[in-house]
Amino acid sequence: MPLIEYREALNQAFAEEIERDPNVVLMGEEVAQYDGAYKVTRGLWKKYGDKRVVDTPISEAGFIGMGIGASMLGIRPVIELMFWSFAAVAYDQIINNAGQIRYMSGGLINCPIVIRGPANGGTNVGATHSHTPESWLAAIPGLKVVTAATGYDAKGLMKTAIRDNDPVMFMENTLLYGEKCEVPTEEYLIPLGKADCKREGTDVSLIAYGRAVLTALKAAKTLEAEHDISAEVIDLRSIRPLDEDAILESVRKTHRVVLVDENKPFCAVSAQISSLIMEKAFDELDGPVGRVCSLDAPAIYSPALEPLQLPTPDRVIKKVREVC
Amino acid sequence: MTKSVAPRVDFAKAPINAKLTSEDKRTLLREMLRIRRFEQASLKMYQQGKVGGFLHLYIGQESVAVGAVSLMGEHDHIITAYRDHGHALAVGMSMDECMAELYGKATGCSKGKGGSMHFFAPDKNYWGGHGIVAGQTPLGLGLAYGIKYKGLTGAALCFLGDGAVNQGCFYESLNMAALFELPVVYVIENNGYSMGTSLERSSALDKCLAQRAEAFKIDWDQASGEDVYQVREVTQKAIDRAHKESKPTVLEFDTYRYYGHSVADANHKGGYRPEEEIEIFKKQHDPIQCFKARLLDEQVLTEEQYGIIDTEARAEAAASIKFAEVSPQPTEESIFEDVYFEVDRQTEAGRTGKHFFND
Repeated sequence: MPLIEYREALNQAFAEEIERDPNVVLMGEEVAQYDGAYKVTRGLWKKYGDKRVVDTPISEAGFIGMGIGASMLGIRPVIELMFWSFAAVAYDQIINNAGQIRYMSGGLINCPIVIRGPANGGTNVGATHSHTPESWLAAIPGLKVVTAATGYDAKGLMKTAIRDNDPVMFMENTLLYGEKCEVPTEEYLIPLGKADCKREGTDVSLIAYGRAVLTALKAAKTLEAEHDISAEVIDLRSIRPLDEDAILESVRKTHRVVLVDENKPFCAVSAQISSLIMEKAFDELDGPVGRVCSLDAPAIYSPALEPLQLPTPDRVIKKVREVC
Repeated sequence: MTKSVAPRVDFAKAPINAKLTSEDKRTLLREMLRIRRFEQASLKMYQQGKVGGFLHLYIGQESVAVGAVSLMGEHDHIITAYRDHGHALAVGMSMDECMAELYGKATGCSKGKGGSMHFFAPDKNYWGGHGIVAGQTPLGLGLAYGIKYKGLTGAALCFLGDGAVNQGCFYESLNMAALFELPVVYVIENNGYSMGTSLERSSALDKCLAQRAEAFKIDWDQASGEDVYQVREVTQKAIDRAHKESKPTVLEFDTYRYYGHSVADANHKGGYRPEEEIEIFKKQHDPIQCFKARLLDEQVLTEEQYGIIDTEARAEAAASIKFAEVSPQPTEESIFEDVYFEVDRQTEAGRTGKHFFND
């Protein structure tokens, strides 16, 4: 299997879906002639032209709203936010229009769009560019929220997201775009709402999504080598819909849980999962559910400090040792 | 506030109106009357506590929706804000489904999930009914995008109020409308007040609001909205521009609402506007009475015919109340319906993973 970058895996997903469905259009700031601010859409404009790959002005509310309107007529826009942080200026369009129009029309309308882009801290770009809004968006019934930790998952999930008939918020990560993994040349799809066990273990479940999965995997390695603790790593991949069965199955197996997520702790995705585990698997737990989140302050610029603000393998290890 | 005086140009002779038959003209009148009688009935029911939430009445503005919608063809689409009953009835939605929606009943156009501000009829190219001021303006642009993308000859008519023109997403939309040459027609219904704030107190302007389109090199026009003939003439030019050149237009119609911003607006009479002003518009500029007088003058309408049309409209409105009264409430299960397409259809995607989190 070819070893390719995460961004290239996404690029393949776009190319394949553009070729498969004439209604798929990529749009966003710098996605066409500039090849994408993070080169995720490299070469696609050259190959597919103005109609399928569209540069927009810097008007997030405008072009996201435009994409939603077009989707009501059956177009399937895949809209890039250069940073998911910029969703804040398009919140009305995302929440009220994409998220609510199906419900408020009594099911007469659906909105088959994908909004995608990086949603992460860790690159020293300051608080306004470093939000992780998956918990904000997953709180809205009507929206779907997906994250991918690897290129393999990114491609399969993106293709499914584009074919989905509901609005899908797809969270990527600038720190992962250059990560390589094996991606098959044959077509494959990954369903939304299916978690993936990235590492089997017996003593503790590390439940994570996005880049936090890689943090959890690093921690799991050290836990095994240095502390004789066998950690299982569950990658949620999709926040809403959520694979509740996979979470509970892992808890029933290990009886101890540490949730790892790059959200700030208050109302984080991990807080929701923690509550779910308490409600549905209370008797299975041999210890309190632990959480490792980003430190609860705006994302700091300081290159020296920012890496410490995100969950680190060390913090995960420390938390695991507290609950085990 | 200044308002246009009664039109002096005879818009009946404009080509788009010259071809109207007597029956067509009576239909325009009938559509305006249907809106008025429906809304008067809905007001009554609101006051009786039968209708929840807000009720933004369109009474006084009927000529704008009816005139513009009367021009729509197969690939023309329409979207508006929360004062949406008039547009809904004009596109052909039934009074029954509209009244039932106000009642929050399962038989309502949105199954009781949208309410007054959220009427939709995609089968009639009517895309709502939107509650957030100017939030619909990028959606209207998107409809135009879809029309152009599919290679169809059509226009997206996107209505907004004078209060909406100061929202940022409207200008983002105008910029892209010009940039991408999209067949959208923005129709500003200027009723003089953004809620309780007059035009003068809310909008910095030179000639009029539509003039702001010049900043984007978009064609614009401003006219009185009280003469349905004039609304048709002005709007047709914009639709032609959309159809033939795939270019946007911004229109502004001066109009007037007799009631408050919503029925809950207690200050509209003598508060932020003088009562006499309302009376002047009712007596001298009422779009229905003006058009009735015009049709009597043209001898295509008799008082007797008018009486029949009015009686029918009142009866239809009364029947819609009965329909709404006897309609069932939505079921509790329906709270979880119409959230996700895939779940509603029970597709594989809809059956995979947990979508709802109460238990």
